Amino acid sequence: MPHSEQKVREPLFHIAKRDSIVWWKAWLIRGVVLLAALVFAGLVSFLLTKENPLRIYMTMLEGAFGTQRRIWGLMQNLAMLLCVSVAVTPAFKMRFWNIGAEGQVLIGGLATAACMILLGDKLPNPLLLLVMIAASVAAGAVWGVIPAFFRANWQTNETLFTLMMNYIAIQLVSFFTYKWSVPKGSGQVGVINRATHAGWLPSLGGHDYLINIIIVLLITFAMYVYLKYSKQGYEIAVVGESENTARYIGIPVKKVIIRTMLISGAICGISGLLMVAGTDHTISRDTAAGRGFTAIMVSWLAKFNSFYMILTSFLIVFLQKGATEISTAFSLNESFSDIITGIIIFFIISSEFFIQYSVRFRRKEAAAS
Amino acid sequence: MSGQEKNEGVPAIRLHNISKRFGSVIANDSVSLSVRHGEILSVLGENGSGKTTLMNMIAGIYYPDSGQIFVDGKEVMIRSPKDAFRYQIGMIHQHFKLVDVFSATENIVLGLEEEGRYSLKRSAKRIREISEQYGFDLDPDKKIYEMSVSEKQTVEIIKVLYRGADILILDEPTAVLTPQETQKLFAILRRMRDDGKAIIIITHKLHEVLSLSDEVAVLCKGKYAGTVKTAETNESALTEMMVGKKVTLNIERSEPKDPQDRLEVKGITCRSREGVELLRDVSFVARSGEILGIAGIAGSGQRELLEAIAGLQHVDGEILYHNPKTGQIDNLCDKTPLQIRELGVRLSFVPEDRLGMGLVGNMDIVDNIMLRSYKKGKGIFLERSKPKNLAEQIIRDLEVVTPSASTPVRRLSGGNVQKVLVGREIAASPKVLMAAYPVRGLDINASFTIYRLFNQQKENGTAVIFVGEDLDVLLALCDRIMVISSGRIAGTVDARTATKEQIGLLMTKNTTDAYADVSQKGGAADAAQ
Repeated sequence: MPHSEQKVREPLFHIAKRDSIVWWKAWLIRGVVLLAALVFAGLVSFLLTKENPLRIYMTMLEGAFGTQRRIWGLMQNLAMLLCVSVAVTPAFKMRFWNIGAEGQVLIGGLATAACMILLGDKLPNPLLLLVMIAASVAAGAVWGVIPAFFRANWQTNETLFTLMMNYIAIQLVSFFTYKWSVPKGSGQVGVINRATHAGWLPSLGGHDYLINIIIVLLITFAMYVYLKYSKQGYEIAVVGESENTARYIGIPVKKVIIRTMLISGAICGISGLLMVAGTDHTISRDTAAGRGFTAIMVSWLAKFNSFYMILTSFLIVFLQKGATEISTAFSLNESFSDIITGIIIFFIISSEFFIQYSVRFRRKEAAAS
Repeated sequence: MSGQEKNEGVPAIRLHNISKRFGSVIANDSVSLSVRHGEILSVLGENGSGKTTLMNMIAGIYYPDSGQIFVDGKEVMIRSPKDAFRYQIGMIHQHFKLVDVFSATENIVLGLEEEGRYSLKRSAKRIREISEQYGFDLDPDKKIYEMSVSEKQTVEIIKVLYRGADILILDEPTAVLTPQETQKLFAILRRMRDDGKAIIIITHKLHEVLSLSDEVAVLCKGKYAGTVKTAETNESALTEMMVGKKVTLNIERSEPKDPQDRLEVKGITCRSREGVELLRDVSFVARSGEILGIAGIAGSGQRELLEAIAGLQHVDGEILYHNPKTGQIDNLCDKTPLQIRELGVRLSFVPEDRLGMGLVGNMDIVDNIMLRSYKKGKGIFLERSKPKNLAEQIIRDLEVVTPSASTPVRRLSGGNVQKVLVGREIAASPKVLMAAYPVRGLDINASFTIYRLFNQQKENGTAVIFVGEDLDVLLALCDRIMVISSGRIAGTVDARTATKEQIGLLMTKNTTDAYADVSQKGGAADAAQ
């Protein structure tokens, strides 16, 4: 029997959870990490492309803010991502792992498109808009409530359930785009009601996207108030933190789960409406453009605070726009922009690690012994 | 391997002055004990007396702060479970650590680093040999999820034997077994003892100690109370060692004023999801202006009882609340906490799991105070000003140490967390106040604050139900003490005249005998099918 004893040495560094951190320190960490991300991404792009990193960053800024049209495009994209992010937030605050926002958005968009196509020439425009709002809200809400209902009553896994609901939505959209395609068989719906603009959201002061941006800001503000100051928002927080406590205090957990997903799904439905009636004026499988998934990251990065989400979604939209511009300006492979975006997002997420934990190095004297 | 070759005089394992602290809590204070090959030692003690901590130090899970461990006379350092295995020490934990979808054989060889470990056939053969040698009944190819609790335990025991364990430690092995399975296990343990193994079993069941072990080591509140030969002792002598000498606590106790029946529990029975009876035919009355203590070994059904009254646990039977305002009698059985509150029942509950059930750790004090009252006020928005005032009042009155009322409660120390919870529950001016282990982990000052609050409630005419583990406290604070054992009421005593030994005997009373033959019949019926 070997009885040898090994000497245990203190490791080079260890990681300890921070108790709390003052706000300016947290922002300092974020700033430093962002800088590190830019330097590292610059280094990578220099090694891969031999271009001047500064020029690359200038091009990114150019891509995002270069012209007035680009600024509006950026704002519009930001609004869309923000809207979906705000929509998924109550569910995540409740620790309900809803990864079905993509499908909820799509089905809301599909309902909108259906109203525009089928009722476009039958109803006066104001009435048509009301019907579209009702249809998209209802469609998104149904898509959100189905998994919630099963989770509340039979503890089904909401992650798998919501994920699969996405595929159903995508297939339904595929089916109808084929059915409604113009010209027949092309598989593309084309611009709906191009001549009459029936069901198009009105442009305010000549800006096509202004109304979208205003609606999203209103929703963002409302969600902030709802989660922070309403009784229902409080219930969501308690259920998310501890279902046991919720039961103990007499919060009807099932009801809260279903109600919250109803709200979450409904706002996703509105996002679909804004994308179809307020932006694209058409529908395809790519209408949601992956925002249902990106929104999860936006929401978590902002710690479920709707106002911080304006910042986090801006960051992501800016990176996407800027990176696309680099690819075209330097005639690089499209994947290159993904590499840059990936590096920067990776660094930003890691900054949260350094805010939550502190790294302590082994002390000198301990190392010497 | 076999113990016969070893020196008869030298203990297989010997602990000398072992101490272990967790923060300010002393779990073990200079404990010494030893066990020889071919001997079964019981480690007896109440909950929280440090039995499991002590055994975990032998098994390499904890490391002692001071003291020495000797294996076969040589001093050893056991720093990890791997070290423990090197010294041929194997521990069977109370909670099994098995992979459900693996077979018995796969679980047994899992993590073993030896030649030929991938030949499951050969391993299964060795498992069969071990089974035969000691009389286990195990199919090596059976998957864990298809197994009964007793079979899973068998897998755990064979797992340590397979690794060549010569010293076996079993942590409350009979807690999950039926009386028949217990007898079978004991027969196996005796066979292992005769084979020269040294066996330590942790238990608090006196009749098992007496029927199985050669010697008994008794722990009392972390201190070593002594070792006695089983042949030379009896139940009451062991109880006396286990509960220790009576400590006089200066807790004031007033006479109950005008006690009236407030809560009447009639014949409630509760089953776990697996169909095991957790409460059986429990009936009692809690009266206003009185503190009713509930004593018992942990896990005897106390939690289920309180949760049933609070509307969190399904039970059969009746729970009648006598409403002092209206004179009405309401049955609370199978009502949700919300329905109970809507009936006008003023019931407060300080649960055992403070941060997992009573409070939300990540929320601040104000939001936690608001849990009971957040629905108050018209409209859809929260009204935070009154909870804020209440929070500040509780912080002031109960001397809660906190930076502010907006500090998350998980940052507070245990005593301050409990003050927030008890403060909130009392602020609802309850007619019935239930508390499960309200002073567990609290220092003396915080504990006395809690006792004072409970006494105030009693004087205000509240019916207080206090589930406790420290018998000195129960005897000093309560008016009556109900003792619960294996989900049944073993007896109720007057706290002013009862002794610790009396309660200790009731706690360990074998209430299961009464229906042991019933389950035997049930077993026969199963076999016939």
